[in-house]
Amino acid sequence: MSSVSIRDLTVAFGSTRVLNGLSLDVQAGEFIVLLGPSGCGKSTLLNAVAGLLDVADGQVWIGERNVTWHEPKDRGIAMVFQSYALYPRMNVRNNMAFGLRMAKTPKAEIEERVTRAAELLQISHLLDRRPDQLSGGQRQRVAIGRALVRDAHVFLFDEPLSNLDAQLRNELRVEIKKLHQKIDTTTMIYVTHDQIEALTLADRIVVMKDQKIQQMGTPDEIYLHPANLFVAGFVGSPQMNFFEGELTGGPGGAAFKSGELHLPLDGYNFNSAPVTGQRLTLGIRPEHISITENGPWQGFKTELVETHGADNLIWVGGHNHSLRLRQPGDCKPALGSPLTLAPDMSHISLFDTQTSMRI
Amino acid sequence: MDSQITNAGRPRFRNLAAVIALIPATAAVVVVYIGCMLWTVRLSFTSSKLLPIFDWVGLSQYSRLFLNERFSVAVENIVIFGVLFIAGCLILGFLLAVFIDQKVRGEAVFRTIFLYPYAMSFVVTGLAWQWFLNPTHGVQKLGRDLGFENFTFNWLVTQDMVIYTIVIAAIWQGSGLVMCILLAGLRGVDESLWKAARVDGIPAWRYYLFIVLPLLGPMIVTAVVLLSISVVKLYDLVVAMTKGGPGIASDVPAKFVMDHFFERNNVGLATAAATMMLIAVASILAPWLYQTYIRPAGRVA
Amino acid sequence: MTMMQASGRRPSRISAGTIGIYAFLLIAAVFFLLPAWIMLMTSLKPMEEIRLGNILMWPNAVTFEPWIRAWSEACTGLDCRGVSVGFWNSVRILIPSLILSIAAGAVTGYALSFWRVRGANVMFGLLLLGAFIPYQVFLYPLVRIFAVTGIYNSFACIVLVHVIFGLPIMTLLFRNYYASLPVELFKAARVDGGGFWSIFIRIILPMSTPILIVATILQVTGIWNDFLFGLTFAGRDNLPMTVQLNNIVSSRQGESQYNTEMAATILTAMIPLAVYFISGRWFVRGIASGAVKG
Repeated sequence: MSSVSIRDLTVAFGSTRVLNGLSLDVQAGEFIVLLGPSGCGKSTLLNAVAGLLDVADGQVWIGERNVTWHEPKDRGIAMVFQSYALYPRMNVRNNMAFGLRMAKTPKAEIEERVTRAAELLQISHLLDRRPDQLSGGQRQRVAIGRALVRDAHVFLFDEPLSNLDAQLRNELRVEIKKLHQKIDTTTMIYVTHDQIEALTLADRIVVMKDQKIQQMGTPDEIYLHPANLFVAGFVGSPQMNFFEGELTGGPGGAAFKSGELHLPLDGYNFNSAPVTGQRLTLGIRPEHISITENGPWQGFKTELVETHGADNLIWVGGHNHSLRLRQPGDCKPALGSPLTLAPDMSHISLFDTQTSMRI
Repeated sequence: MDSQITNAGRPRFRNLAAVIALIPATAAVVVVYIGCMLWTVRLSFTSSKLLPIFDWVGLSQYSRLFLNERFSVAVENIVIFGVLFIAGCLILGFLLAVFIDQKVRGEAVFRTIFLYPYAMSFVVTGLAWQWFLNPTHGVQKLGRDLGFENFTFNWLVTQDMVIYTIVIAAIWQGSGLVMCILLAGLRGVDESLWKAARVDGIPAWRYYLFIVLPLLGPMIVTAVVLLSISVVKLYDLVVAMTKGGPGIASDVPAKFVMDHFFERNNVGLATAAATMMLIAVASILAPWLYQTYIRPAGRVA
Repeated sequence: MTMMQASGRRPSRISAGTIGIYAFLLIAAVFFLLPAWIMLMTSLKPMEEIRLGNILMWPNAVTFEPWIRAWSEACTGLDCRGVSVGFWNSVRILIPSLILSIAAGAVTGYALSFWRVRGANVMFGLLLLGAFIPYQVFLYPLVRIFAVTGIYNSFACIVLVHVIFGLPIMTLLFRNYYASLPVELFKAARVDGGGFWSIFIRIILPMSTPILIVATILQVTGIWNDFLFGLTFAGRDNLPMTVQLNNIVSSRQGESQYNTEMAATILTAMIPLAVYFISGRWFVRGIASGAVKG
């Protein structure tokens, strides 16, 4: 079992700093997902852990070893790539065995490890095929198998499912999750821009933007208690509803006011003491607003109903706001019908509009 | 998805084996491309004759060179040749490419015919055209045999005209290359452009001249660069076709340099002429090279 | 009166445009084929017929004697062993030059595209620059260097020259090809513990077949067609076919044996032409991938 510790890591390409003094601790056996939009530095971080990039400053520790200057092969890692990166002229068996051969592993042991990994991934029947004779899903399975035979302590996944179609992606996502449960001594670091993958796979999610870690936490923490406006908006689909307004009333009787909308905040767990008159942004996820007879928000009208099967997305407008509600599939209010809404007070988030941080 | 960034810094590893692997190329660059070039330039400031001596005579080889009648003939020839050859290849190559692009039958056959001269040595081309243009047996005789008693085509042995025969032979050899490059460009032009032009009622010649030709800009630049290189290096063709004659009428700088090195044993003058060739090439290529290689490379690094 | 309704396939008409296109292409084809045709016809005629007849005409009496003479009897000065001597010299120059220049270009291109070596980009830039500079700029000092090291006028010398001057285009070719391969493949091999040579031999080289073919075509035609280097560096006993051919034609005394000369010329063009006709589209690809030739 190996923990991974990234300490004050700086990566620079020429004069551009891609990562600047970034630190991150991953516990042994943990499944960490690095989530963020393109260019946020998550792949760079992964490549730095793998030793595939030159580090300008800082350290990378794997287990008890400082591997900052180690060759990739000496770090006890295995890696799976978005483009599979299977060696095109080798059959599946040789693809999986290549690393072991390079390490001069005895033949019998190579054979045994390849067989075991192939069985685990159900690709035993593909061992003699070449990569171009495999489907995308099979290729990625082989790529995972190639990582598996290395008996690495740390698995690095660089957007492994992004090249697959939606259905295969779901299938393999489940398999990766099961795989981690089977080999739960292995630490996994998984890079993706897909929040569903992040939420379903991760023990902890690291949300990144602009080369900085925005929030680190369990999927529930990230989803229900986003640390700032970016995380709140980036995670969750359909997106969270936001209202800009201000804080009124003193402590105890604090309330959120945005135009004609008013929401008493008793029961909200403030991170920091709010100040009356402070500009705030209120965030509520679409599923945390219910349609009731007597809620605090009246005078909304249905503008559009998107049918999603299991549930419906209802766009409502009123008081110069437009918001999305997620309702069960049988809820289809007629267009233009008046609605009264009740936000679920235990699931709202408040952010300081200026700093965009949660309060 | 950070591919823009990771590609910009393609993972490049420090490795002793890589350094060793680059030693031969580095040696070639340092010793041959830089070393020999500087040596040649240095020799052009000496009075070397048969063997190199390292005295310093300033620019006197250059002043001798510019007064040398043979060198001025060579320079004049290469200018005439360069302009006509490049223009000829571009026009003929473009026409061939456009006509071949008309979904003609036997396209592959035509393409093969137009390009095959490019596969051959300049020596072969030179000898073939020398035979064809030879006044005693070639075209001139052909014309007279056909009944045109006074038909005359003796450019090959006429001092004022001989350079044009070399131009013809070179165009014959080189226009297939231009066709090939431009055809690749034409095939890359979005087909819906032609559909749009047809709907708008634009005639084909206008379509090619005003819509397609500007799109081929980069291909034309590539072709011009490749052709320019063969202009400066022009040597084999002249040797095989005319030996620089009649007299010195079809001499070119490369031949001037070679003759002064190895036959006339005038190393000082030859290196001065070679240096002039170097300067000519550098002034043509510098802007193009800068734009094509140095600038993008700078961005990547 | 019946109206013709436009229906179904439009009746095809051979338009003036179509005729024009084919007329132009045919005339152009004649222009390109004529010299080859004349060479071939000349090489198949006895001298008497050449003196009297029409160079375009099919020979009255086809003779292969000029071909035999060209191959085994044509004289360079006093040496009358035919172009076969030059042919075999060219073969002996070609094979090592071909293998070494491709190997050098492949390794250099690979090192440049995947590995970091200080100053490598500068070196590559200078190498490319070298490809554009007229050879006359390097020749004389090179001759001096080879003379001092004692390999001037030998096979080793001409092979070395071909490798050196083949390096820019070969390196460019392989570097560009390797740059187009997915980087992740290389990363995977690194994680798997591959080193410089093992990645090259086991992973990169097996993927290089297309570019190896292109490189071979470029180098076979380029080296075979070389005249300048052969003339300058090969030495009297190793002259390649192109140089020997030119010597045969230019050292003629008295009335030349045009038929023999043309046969020798065709023989000299044979190898590159065979490569051209056999390789077809690959040849075109070679040109398109940035041919910096001769």
